[in-house]
Amino acid sequence: MNIFTTDFFFSIIRIATPILLATLAAVIGEKGGVSNIGLEGIMMMSALFGSLTAYWTGSWAVGLLAAMAVGLLEALLMGFFAFKLKTDIILVGTAVNMIGSGGTIFLVKVITNATMGKSLTSTTSLITKSLQVPSWNIPLIKDIPVIGKVISGHSLLTYIAFLLVFLTGVLLYKTPLGLNIRSVGENPNAASSVGVSVSRVRYITIGIGGVLAGLGGAYMSMYYAMGWSLDMVAGRGFIALAAQSMGGGEPIGSMLAALIFGFAQALGIKVSATGVDSNLVAPIPYIVTILSLVVFALNQRRVEKRRHASALK
Amino acid sequence: MSEELVIQMKGITKVYPNGTVANQDVNFDVRKGEIHALMGENGAGKSTLMKMLFGLEQPTSGEILVNGERVNLSSPTVAISKGIGMVHQHFMLVPSLTVAENMVLGMVPKKSGMLIDYKKAVEITEEYSKKFNLRVDANAKVMDIPVGMKQKVEILKALVRGAKILILDEPTAVLTTQETVELFTELKNLKKQGYTLIFISHKLNEIMEITDRMTILRGGRSMGIYETKNVTPEEISRLMVGRDVILKVDKDQAKPTDEVLKVRDLEYVNEWGKKMLDKVSLSVRKGEILGIAGVEGNGQKELVDMLFGFNAPNAGTIEVNGENIIGLDQRELREKHIALVPEDRMLYGIAGTASIEENLISDRCGEKRLNKGILFNMKSIHEESAKLVKDYTVLCKSAQQQVGSLSGGNIQKVVVAREFSNGPELIIADQPTRGIDVGATEFIRKKLVELSRSGIAVLLVSADLNEVMELSDSLIIMCSGKIAAYFEDTKELSDELMGKYMLGIEKQTPEEIRRVCHE
Repeated sequence: MNIFTTDFFFSIIRIATPILLATLAAVIGEKGGVSNIGLEGIMMMSALFGSLTAYWTGSWAVGLLAAMAVGLLEALLMGFFAFKLKTDIILVGTAVNMIGSGGTIFLVKVITNATMGKSLTSTTSLITKSLQVPSWNIPLIKDIPVIGKVISGHSLLTYIAFLLVFLTGVLLYKTPLGLNIRSVGENPNAASSVGVSVSRVRYITIGIGGVLAGLGGAYMSMYYAMGWSLDMVAGRGFIALAAQSMGGGEPIGSMLAALIFGFAQALGIKVSATGVDSNLVAPIPYIVTILSLVVFALNQRRVEKRRHASALK
Repeated sequence: MSEELVIQMKGITKVYPNGTVANQDVNFDVRKGEIHALMGENGAGKSTLMKMLFGLEQPTSGEILVNGERVNLSSPTVAISKGIGMVHQHFMLVPSLTVAENMVLGMVPKKSGMLIDYKKAVEITEEYSKKFNLRVDANAKVMDIPVGMKQKVEILKALVRGAKILILDEPTAVLTTQETVELFTELKNLKKQGYTLIFISHKLNEIMEITDRMTILRGGRSMGIYETKNVTPEEISRLMVGRDVILKVDKDQAKPTDEVLKVRDLEYVNEWGKKMLDKVSLSVRKGEILGIAGVEGNGQKELVDMLFGFNAPNAGTIEVNGENIIGLDQRELREKHIALVPEDRMLYGIAGTASIEENLISDRCGEKRLNKGILFNMKSIHEESAKLVKDYTVLCKSAQQQVGSLSGGNIQKVVVAREFSNGPELIIADQPTRGIDVGATEFIRKKLVELSRSGIAVLLVSADLNEVMELSDSLIIMCSGKIAAYFEDTKELSDELMGKYMLGIEKQTPEEIRRVCHE
């Protein structure tokens, strides 16, 4: 049977969206010298509070805002521990990831017990179709054969995510803030010697990452999976770190890397739908990941060699 | 030239929290529009004094006046606002940004509200570049431009922020000869336009060529302010180089025998294309201490790196007991019985969080006598470390104590205990007593003499004149990557003579220098 249908390509974009959002967070973070490995945990927390808020207020828009706010708050808290209290940022990230797993299930039980009188272990029953982030059928484009079917009809958040790729590029390379972020990431002494406040820039960097990861979490619980459940982000926050590195830390490159990961997962799902033993299919995304990382590393080495050679000349 | 003083530093004393006195009652003043040299050997207190002028450090006592007005320079931002700029030796630039972006960092021109006006940044860069005749490529990334141009960017960065007084911290240290010539033309040009320059250096010829006046520091004190045209190089050298207290070390006449270390025509060009070692040849024989003196940065570090496998030369040979050692790693060098007391003990000498014992056995832990099957033989390890701690009088609670918690002198004793005790035939001692207490210093010096008299070859590299003159049997002086002089007997030497060779005022003939090869 033919795997590469328009449905398949549609699903690549659908699957890649949350990875892409988190990848952009990782891109900005790395540029600013803030290695945030806690994206996974932030996505989990935002996914939970996004879905709960949407249910409480009856509005997906308010839910989305709540998810972003929670992401921002958690990221700034990470910043406080890492920059102010000088905790190793990798440890802070690890803690945030653990809270994202164990802490969310604890919170969802306590909160739903208090508000509804019954302790739920997921919010899937709360997110109805009307609370889902709406999809958008793009006028005109939706009528183009093949292409229309692939790129029209996605969640609003998908379009926002791809727009954000562009905006991230503008932010990093065309604005004074972006210049400060890049210089703080590369040589904080140089930045502070000309009066740039290094700690302020770092807070902004991690904060933007938190909002982006928050959007990714909202996409998971308010569109992709319709409700929060335990460990639902399933490693997307970590895959984002790999995508950032594979994309050379640049917005466009990292977007392509995120799409490769989306492709791998979509392929896994598609192949298992053909009746192949799911145990054989399960490794596909991981094999693709490893292969792309190898290709990336080889390429990186070549670039470095060339740079070294030209430096010696 | 006007006599107006733009900078006055009066009675400046700086004591660091650990008790080090970096500057003591120093008076320093700079006239408007002059190039003023700040001279002194490493550790003389030049950098500290300038850090206080740029707001990076605050004086313990004394006062600073800028344009006659008393100021409190609490941070670089304040110093910049008073018109003081600094060109750091280690550039404060962001490599992946363009020259123009580095220029405007922290004061970015904007357009349509929030975007960078990159065109304007390039314009500013080119305007200043033209105005001061400092040619830079505004659109190139800093990582792709040569060192000389990076330095120009640093100078322009200070100028664009309104600096009228520029502090240049050893600006020629990283430059090739050609770049130095260019820099001097540019500095003279800046002076013509009314800028005031403070030039930190310890290179005599440069000072004589470019400066109007100079302040000489020695051991944290000022040796006075002089008009460049009124002093001779000999006087400067006498003021700059000298010992305040002469320490005596008792030692017998050396009776050197077979050649152990043989270095011939060693050359090394660093990654920036600067020649750091130029045809260096020397020999060290059993039973003698050969000292290497010289102002730091004249190739000593590079030479030691070559000898202990941290770097490879571009040309030349290094042999130990007749065998080539270039390309060997440190383990293999140790198997050839070469020991190193490294200059930076915290980085290369010890593992700070490991115990004294672990540090002591780290070079020999694979040996049979310290192992039992696949596990350590703790009993023999304890015996060995206890013996070393006792022999080398390491002051500690027990050999299990973290080595990083010891004092500098005791840490160094741990290093030498390891390096001296595993049957070395050649010891390379690089600044073996820098920054440690008198007791430990004396102990280590005595040990070095004792070991050499027992038939070990010792190569001693030291910036401490006392040490290198008293310990060495014979001595070479390095200047600009070359050996400037060889003295077979250190007893006949005076500080004054040493200074002349160290600063490049005099140089021996190739034949005289070649005597160090004992051929």
